Amino acid sequence: MKLQKVIVPLIAMVVFLIFWELLVWVNGWPNYKMASPSDLWPAYTRYAELFIIYGWQTLWRTVVGLLLAIVVGTFIGMVMGFSRVMRDALYPLLVGFNAVPKATVVPIVALMFVGAHDFNTVLIAFMISFFPIAVSVSIGLSTLEPEYRDILRSLGASNMTIFWKIALPKTLPEFFGALKVAVTLAFIGTNLMEIVSPHGRGLGALFDSGKTNSDYPLMFAVLIALAVLGIVLYYIVVALERIFAGWAERNPT
Amino acid sequence: MGNLIDIKDVSHTFATDGGPLHVLDHLNISVPEGGFCAVVGPSGCGKSTLTRLIAGLMIPDEGEVWLHGERVKSPRSTVGMAFQNPVLLEWRSILKNVMLPLEIVPTKLTRKQQVERAEFLLALVGLEGFEDKKPSELSGGMRQRASLCRSLVHSPEVLILDEPFGALDAFTREDLWQTMHKVKAEEPFTGVLITHDLRESLFLGDQVVVMSGRPAHAQYVMDIPFDGPRVLDDLYTPESAERLAILRHQIEIAQGRATAEDAA
Repeated sequence: MKLQKVIVPLIAMVVFLIFWELLVWVNGWPNYKMASPSDLWPAYTRYAELFIIYGWQTLWRTVVGLLLAIVVGTFIGMVMGFSRVMRDALYPLLVGFNAVPKATVVPIVALMFVGAHDFNTVLIAFMISFFPIAVSVSIGLSTLEPEYRDILRSLGASNMTIFWKIALPKTLPEFFGALKVAVTLAFIGTNLMEIVSPHGRGLGALFDSGKTNSDYPLMFAVLIALAVLGIVLYYIVVALERIFAGWAERNPT
Repeated sequence: MGNLIDIKDVSHTFATDGGPLHVLDHLNISVPEGGFCAVVGPSGCGKSTLTRLIAGLMIPDEGEVWLHGERVKSPRSTVGMAFQNPVLLEWRSILKNVMLPLEIVPTKLTRKQQVERAEFLLALVGLEGFEDKKPSELSGGMRQRASLCRSLVHSPEVLILDEPFGALDAFTREDLWQTMHKVKAEEPFTGVLITHDLRESLFLGDQVVVMSGRPAHAQYVMDIPFDGPRVLDDLYTPESAERLAILRHQIEIAQGRATAEDAA
């Protein structure tokens, strides 16, 4: 049973790679038209140093943007969750802000903070990812049953105590649900900025230089490196969720 | 005055979207120390408002609420509350849930004594061995038992029960009634029980207050001599049947479906 869980996905992946390799081989596509899996390894070894340096840049800027989104998103969520007036005031603004496709904001921010590579990238990662966090926290707090509040309030507990002991932990499952969405979004934001920003940094810039040189093996190598980074980030969030909100998972009986 | 709870001439009006809602009108209720007052009445007559007033979660527009010779103006830690919804914290074990009030209320108990106190109460309601379980692993009746322990763990003077057994099936409910008598014998408290169940009010209360329709006042008060824990058979004596009939008639009056003359 356990073995099956490992082997089946592994076989699927190998079949996919073989299919890809065959597709390129049968059509006789040269390297400047389409890369094949066998081209990837040379690309990695050739640019190994760049992959490590740029990969790290992409990673830390995504994480910083996401952390900012968590802090600001949680704060906005708290404000909206506790105050009806603030919710009515902020909600349309937030929805409007979220409705703007972030791809159109990227060139603006890139221009505004041209040269400030780290700042503009972190800013976009933050802007694109704080919305789901703010909404989930505010919904989690505003749907707290009044009895939960009364249980502590009738003992003379302060609002802060109620927040720490009940409201916050009770919101964690929703929070982590939103964080899984946000981590993917932040990653998209970072890459968008890295690709668009002139003389950018990170894996996005490496991708862009591959594009300029029609270096398909490099571009695909970047794509797969990004996928790996994205998967790692996602599962870090899943692991944190298990630790902090594992109680919300019902054991199948 | 030997009363632990004194509700004196309390009136209250809520401002709602549909205009002012006058819920309580010159309500008077007194519960002596160690007494158990069951409050029954038609739906929406302000019974839950009454519990919030006693707990100090609300201040009445008019009139006064006194607890143990002190006027209630804000929440106080000498009150324990349990609701129809057991509101246990899903991320805590049953033991940690029961100990929650001790984290808020100042206590002289050491950590070890706190655990012992919680374990004692859990054993008293028949939840021995469930200390480390999560609430989601317990049945509805067991969760309500745990909720009861939580409301008692800080040894409150007043226990406020707002339809705690309302969502349970009939057999579980009768089990819990008996548990209540057992608990009261071991852990004396002064109780206010809001309920929709007349048999429950007769079985648990030594005073049954029938509230009138909105705006509510105490329409009828029945004293039931209390001579120690009751058993379910007590509910099937001619005496109980007579009391039940009186209460049912009073409820009909409160609902506006009968008048006082219809009696007999």
